[in-house]
Amino acid sequence: MSAAEQALVSGDAVPMSLRGPAPTRVVAGYGFWLFLLSDIIIFAALFAAYAVLSGETAGGPTAADLFDKRHVLIETACLLASSVTCGFGSLAVQSGDRNSTYFWMTITFILGVTFLSLEVSEFSHMLSIGAGPSRSAFLSAFFTLVGTHGLHVTLGLCWLIVMLLQVATLGFQPMVSRRFFCFGLFWHALDIVWIGVFTIVYLGAHL
Amino acid sequence: MHAASPDRISPEITRTRSASGMWLRAISMTSVAMLLASCNEGVLDPHGPVGKAERVILYDSTAIMLAIVIPVIVLTLLFAWWFRARNKRARYRPDWEYSGRIEMIIWCIPALIILFLGGIAWTGSHDLDPPAPLADRTAPLDIEVISLDWRWLFIYPHEGIASLNRLVVPAGVPLRFRLTSTTVMNSFFVPQLGSQIYTMPNMVTRLNLKADQPGTFEGLSAQFSGDGFSDMRFDLVSTEPEAFQDWVNATKTQGGVLDAKTFEELDRPAKADGAQTYAQVSEGLFDRISTSHMAAVSPQRGQ
Amino acid sequence: MGRLTWAAIPFDQPVVMIASGTVGFVIFCVLALVTLKGWWPYLWREWITSVDHKRIGVMYIGLALLMLVRGFSDAMLMRSQLALAAGHAQGYLPPEHYDQIFSAHGTIMIFFVAMPFVIGLMNFVLPLQLGVRDVAFPVLNSVGFWLSAAGVLLVNVSLVVGEFARTGWLAYPPLSEVAYSPGVGVDYYLWSLQISGLGTLLSGINLTTTILKLRAPGMGYRQMPIFCWTALASNLLIVSAFPILTATFAMLLLDRYCGFHFFTNDLGGNPMMYINLIWSWGHPEVYILILPAFGVFSEVVATFSGKPLFGRRSMVMATMVICVLSFLVWLHHFFTMGAGADVNAFFGVMTMLIAVPTGVKIFNWLFTLYGGRIRFTVPIYWALGFMVTFVIGGMTGVLMAIPPADFVLHNSLFLIAHFHNVVIGGVVFGVMAGITYWFPKAFGFTLNERLGKAVFWCWFFGFYLAFMPLYVLGLMGATRRMQHYSNMHWQPLMLVALAGAILILLGIALTGVQLAVSIRQRKRNRDVTGDPWNGRTLEWSTPSPPPAWNFSHLPQVDRTDAFWAMKQQRGSAQGRNGKQTYETIHVPRNNPTGFFLAFCAVLLGFSLIWHIWWGAGLGLLGAIVV
Repeated sequence: MSAAEQALVSGDAVPMSLRGPAPTRVVAGYGFWLFLLSDIIIFAALFAAYAVLSGETAGGPTAADLFDKRHVLIETACLLASSVTCGFGSLAVQSGDRNSTYFWMTITFILGVTFLSLEVSEFSHMLSIGAGPSRSAFLSAFFTLVGTHGLHVTLGLCWLIVMLLQVATLGFQPMVSRRFFCFGLFWHALDIVWIGVFTIVYLGAHL
Repeated sequence: MHAASPDRISPEITRTRSASGMWLRAISMTSVAMLLASCNEGVLDPHGPVGKAERVILYDSTAIMLAIVIPVIVLTLLFAWWFRARNKRARYRPDWEYSGRIEMIIWCIPALIILFLGGIAWTGSHDLDPPAPLADRTAPLDIEVISLDWRWLFIYPHEGIASLNRLVVPAGVPLRFRLTSTTVMNSFFVPQLGSQIYTMPNMVTRLNLKADQPGTFEGLSAQFSGDGFSDMRFDLVSTEPEAFQDWVNATKTQGGVLDAKTFEELDRPAKADGAQTYAQVSEGLFDRISTSHMAAVSPQRGQ
Repeated sequence: MGRLTWAAIPFDQPVVMIASGTVGFVIFCVLALVTLKGWWPYLWREWITSVDHKRIGVMYIGLALLMLVRGFSDAMLMRSQLALAAGHAQGYLPPEHYDQIFSAHGTIMIFFVAMPFVIGLMNFVLPLQLGVRDVAFPVLNSVGFWLSAAGVLLVNVSLVVGEFARTGWLAYPPLSEVAYSPGVGVDYYLWSLQISGLGTLLSGINLTTTILKLRAPGMGYRQMPIFCWTALASNLLIVSAFPILTATFAMLLLDRYCGFHFFTNDLGGNPMMYINLIWSWGHPEVYILILPAFGVFSEVVATFSGKPLFGRRSMVMATMVICVLSFLVWLHHFFTMGAGADVNAFFGVMTMLIAVPTGVKIFNWLFTLYGGRIRFTVPIYWALGFMVTFVIGGMTGVLMAIPPADFVLHNSLFLIAHFHNVVIGGVVFGVMAGITYWFPKAFGFTLNERLGKAVFWCWFFGFYLAFMPLYVLGLMGATRRMQHYSNMHWQPLMLVALAGAILILLGIALTGVQLAVSIRQRKRNRDVTGDPWNGRTLEWSTPSPPPAWNFSHLPQVDRTDAFWAMKQQRGSAQGRNGKQTYETIHVPRNNPTGFFLAFCAVLLGFSLIWHIWWGAGLGLLGAIVV
């Protein structure tokens, strides 16, 4: 008798690894997890570059000169809050509640856009005073790290719009809720990366 | 069809075996000849304490590993031949796939070898660390090395002279090098004296070598740096200490001045074309070059 | 058109023009033949838009074989140049060319030959061995393949339009920065690798998910074939290491295109950081290549010895240990950069530690042979050749893991000989064994045995002739990437190396002959049982070639070597196979996404290289729309 059959006979649950091919929802989620892990490794490399180059200001502006604590605090609050609202939105998706989904996801979107516009204003201010990425290695590393995060947030927001349109037109089909699940993973992962950015880049500058 | 019939295999195997025996002999003779050839120059013919210590490590480690590698190769061929399908005398054990004793041995053998070699690696790394001064009571000679595109500049800071593409040193005196580059990475390497070290812009690396006897040794760059790389060679000429002093004095009387301006002219991309000396060198030129980001203003290469 | 002008085509360089002319002509003939015979609909339907892992696997291997010819031509150019350019002779390839040739040789061989070979084998075999119908994400599989093909196209376009990088295959800065490489060469290198790197990453995610989440019922980790374990380790490495490559190349691209200062000489850039990052990817990369080859050998040795693999559990453990340790050794690629004794010693010891599980594997194969009934088929030849050759390469590797030894051997021809030793002896031999082993499964007939053995002997002796002299030359003080050398003593050895290369060339040519002859003899060598080798794993339980859905019923597995067990129990299993209830099988539809995405990627890459900004925008938009 196979192990699975023995388990059935003896009344034990069949271990996951023996149950045969996993359902699509699990497979899609797992694949997306792996993609997120690879994305986080890209960030890890960028963090490493930042750590190495954070002191290389080449006579130009330093981190302490440039970063505004209050500005960053508001950005962080927006992003963290958007994670919470995304969580509520995910619950709404799971329970198939269209209106709740729209409500919570729209707030998530607004908070994300607020975060982005704050970041864009920080960047353009730095560019205007000559503290752009080509000024020094430190600034190259800063713009790349924070900018890559911002790019991911932008892509996430575009994705969110597409998802909301899909809910509007297709309803809560399995494919739609699978993708919303993946979106949730993505959004929360971005939050985690931001906590890293906040700690290492902005808090690190003031230590 | 899967397994070929026994009769079809046999003549092929015998043919293969005698052919391979002949090949084996030819190969081993050629290899020995080649190895002997290599003993007369390069890394296996060192003329300094660093190179000699490194050669000992090469020989010892190779011997230790061959003690495993050769039996493994022999056993592979032996097992393959003995357990060939046609051989009725070999015992076929279709279910034998585990033996605790063998498992323990095959984990232990590599582990022990690696333990031993790891010890060599640890002590060797510390004893032969490039910046570590040599165990020698003679006062070292300081030499500053700058790798350009595609030539080598050697500055003698205490003597106040410099030499391009030719490094003259006294035999038996420890040489204390500080190295940098103005453009891209290179690697300062004199195979018959021992270790190489990278030269990098805006950074200073350190190396200690010694030439035991007088002689001329080839030097090169061991890190690819562009079109003129293959010509980026220099001679390390080791002389008797008195002859070295004579050379220093002679150099001080003839040749140009090496200051920031002449250095800038030197720092353009050009292939190596012979040696040259400088009678005077500005103080602190090397330090300025190795820290000044002067590399930023060095001319771009054409396509 | 950005900085693209007619001057980009080197009309004044006969070697390049003849080479590209020949290639162009051959491509034209092939396309014309396909058009005239009306094969386009078939190709489009059955291959180009296929999302079937078997088709995609075959296409990967076909791509790799093609690029092997290209990469090997570069090798022949290098060998012949060095055979000639001794003393005052300058050879026939000036440095500007020679530098591109060795850079292209390394880049193509690693990224566009070895990687596609290995990924192709894994793609074809894994779902069959796992007892499932396809990989986790079939459309993504197609996308991954076509992105790799896009990278291949870009690299080959650089031969005729513009130039390739002149920096070596890893493009160290500052040499690869705009100040020292202002041309398009490094841009070709970076964009083609970013595009194909994305494809590889997608493959890695796909295959990892497949192995971990899609297996036949009853196939737990302990029942999974050993090739699947090595593939798992390899794909985990792809997922964790390739992002480092992407990020590092992105930083270099930002330096080159937007004036950033990650690795520049001025304003604080740090070229040493590039070297650390790139080798943090680079070392796992070589394990990505070798682990599946190890898996192939495990399958081949077990099958043709007629015994299960010896010490299966420790093989699996050794594989996973190698997987983890591969991330802890990267500094051994630059001991001479001056990290200090403690750091050098640490990485030296870690590098040696990896030799332990590798040594264990060799012993396990040895004891699989012991007590077997060995059939001397072509795959076993490759396996035995590997066991003998790889241990020599491993030995020279451990030798260079001792920092003071590396101080005199770094970047010399000894190093070149070492890594060719392990890559050819390990990866190439493994891939050739795998191709021969699984060819009948893919195409329904076996390859010609005699020619297969001839190919093996050409590679085996060719390798030794070509690379043993290089070990000696390295010890004599010869460094790598030389375009010429002044020491006349080295020339005889270079000539021997050239002879070896010619022998390998013969082997490659014979591979083509073998294919042609085998196709002609296919009726005679037809595999009618699906199990031509008396195999042990599930892929041999399907017809040759398998139907698109692989298995009508997913097999119920309860032990390792599942198919072997089924064959032993054939009598009693009749009852189970008697059930004829069929469930609906969902087979994914063809999908042109991969192909169109690759097209846009090529447009995007080419435009970015030549600074044709509107073209780049168009390519990006197209990619998003697709």
